[in-house]
Amino acid sequence: MNKRIDRKWLWIGGALVLVALLLLPFLVKNYRVFQFTLVIIYAVAILGLNILTGFNGQFSLGHGAFYAFGAYTAAILIDRFGVPYWATLPLAFVVCFVFGLLVGFPALRLAGHYLALATYALAIAVPQLLKYKGIAEWTGGVQGIVLLKPDPPFSFRLFGQPLNSDRWLYFFCLAVAAIMFLLAWNLLRGRVGRALVAIRDHPIAATAMGVNLPAFKSLTFGTSAGFTGVAGAMGGIVVAFVSPDSFTFALSIFLLVGAVVGGLASIGGAIFGGIFIQFVPNIADAMSKSAPAAIYGVLLILLMYVLPTGVMGGLRKLRGRWRARTAG
Amino acid sequence: MEGFWLQVFSGLANGSIYGSVGLALVMIYRSTHHLNFAQGEMATFSTFVAWWLIHQGWPYWGAFFATLALSFIGGVLIQRVVLRPLERAPVLTNVIVLIGLLLIFNAMSGWLFDFNIKVFPSPFADGWGTKYFSAHQFGTVGVLLVMLLALFAFFRFTSIGLAMRAAAQNPDSARLVGIRVSWMLALGWGLAAVIGAVAGMMIAPVVFLDPNMMLGILLYGFAAALLGGIDNPWGVVIGGFIVGVLENVLGAYVIGTELKLTVALVLIVATLTLRPDGLFGKKVVTRV
Repeated sequence: MNKRIDRKWLWIGGALVLVALLLLPFLVKNYRVFQFTLVIIYAVAILGLNILTGFNGQFSLGHGAFYAFGAYTAAILIDRFGVPYWATLPLAFVVCFVFGLLVGFPALRLAGHYLALATYALAIAVPQLLKYKGIAEWTGGVQGIVLLKPDPPFSFRLFGQPLNSDRWLYFFCLAVAAIMFLLAWNLLRGRVGRALVAIRDHPIAATAMGVNLPAFKSLTFGTSAGFTGVAGAMGGIVVAFVSPDSFTFALSIFLLVGAVVGGLASIGGAIFGGIFIQFVPNIADAMSKSAPAAIYGVLLILLMYVLPTGVMGGLRKLRGRWRARTAG
Repeated sequence: MEGFWLQVFSGLANGSIYGSVGLALVMIYRSTHHLNFAQGEMATFSTFVAWWLIHQGWPYWGAFFATLALSFIGGVLIQRVVLRPLERAPVLTNVIVLIGLLLIFNAMSGWLFDFNIKVFPSPFADGWGTKYFSAHQFGTVGVLLVMLLALFAFFRFTSIGLAMRAAAQNPDSARLVGIRVSWMLALGWGLAAVIGAVAGMMIAPVVFLDPNMMLGILLYGFAAALLGGIDNPWGVVIGGFIVGVLENVLGAYVIGTELKLTVALVLIVATLTLRPDGLFGKKVVTRV
């Protein structure tokens, strides 16, 4: 009985959230729409990192690199080959999946700290690699690539606000994000998800149960990189500009912060992570240039002490308490 | 040919810095089996403290040793306050906390001393440099070697050094014979902070002082530590020299200066996959 009521409220709540998400861009100014779009993009990128670190227990301090590869894949395809922007996303996924496999393969031999170190090195080396003269013909070197924002395929007005390209990209990214979250949810709730968690919690036992450790670990790395790559491609399209210095080590750290704040090993946590890394620096920037980093640092450490499961873990705990009270 | 030797010698000088950073990493790795990602930012912060003291009118060596003392206290405090509660926590927690420390130190350097690039003085007066080695480079290598000998003597001939080695090698047995293992870890952190501070003060006159000064250097430090074998201080110093020379020679003749960081990346990944114990490290075997 109780459960059915729960489900009904879940549907109503879901519908309300959906309506709010659809109306949101028409209620605010262009710049805010752009910021909300970035939240969605970061959420997808964090989801990718979360699949790897949260569910599979493999570290990455270098997911900014895959984000960069995704963004550059999209930018080069649009700029040099005239590929339509929406078609670059699957290609970005494939490119980053392959890159992820390449990184994940040596990662099989690296555990814990060493994997963190190897990916850390990757994150630091990537901006330099992107500036490399040999590939400047494709990447635009230090200058990067400037893109045009795509026009919406149709147009209308709502609440006096037109559907311009910013608002259109918001919906585009929302749809892509919905697909990616659904994919992740389907992937992780079944046999594959259980195998990943088993590998994280006890690799030896997992092998004994018949989980193919190398295959699962490297494929997880690829998938995770692919997710973050799609996010990067969307990022490149929405910002309409890619350059080596937008993908520094800080980006990788931000993604990690987002994953930890939202909650490792939770799919929904990625959304909170996205909101956090988009809006908290904006607020903190008003105080001082170095405030965001300081806040991130203090928060990372505090969370590890107080709430190691992040926002989602906190919500789950609250709900458990509320349930216990209403039941008793 | 002369150009080549110039590259080699300046590589050796840089290598001594990488070796020092690697040595600081080894200090913490040997006792806690953690790679300290915050090491570079800690060193930068120490260097800023030294810069500030010199700016207040302190003589160089006064500021130098005062900074070392402050760094030691800071390192011990970090271990006591931040990391001690996590001694038995999983690796993921520790890495995230170390990244948190990295962010905090980086922000503090920028906040207290602003982001402008600063000139840091060198204590080694020019004039007695040779054709290949400048005075500062000579001094850097000399300081590293002195530091290495001092560390060797400390671990070999003092009872605290012996206790620290015992705590690192077999914490449980060490505790049974009355060594306060947790405090030994704190001392290790203090020493690492001191070594890092020396490295920072030696490299700052070359690359100039700013909050992100150590980001790339830490990467070379890691490469040096891994190449030499991360549990072997002598190996790490040799690893540092190898990395320094490789970086300079490859940068000058093969790949150009733009891809120097990639050399470190390739070295790290190659060492980890092909020879995880480094050139001079001990093979670690665990029983499952």
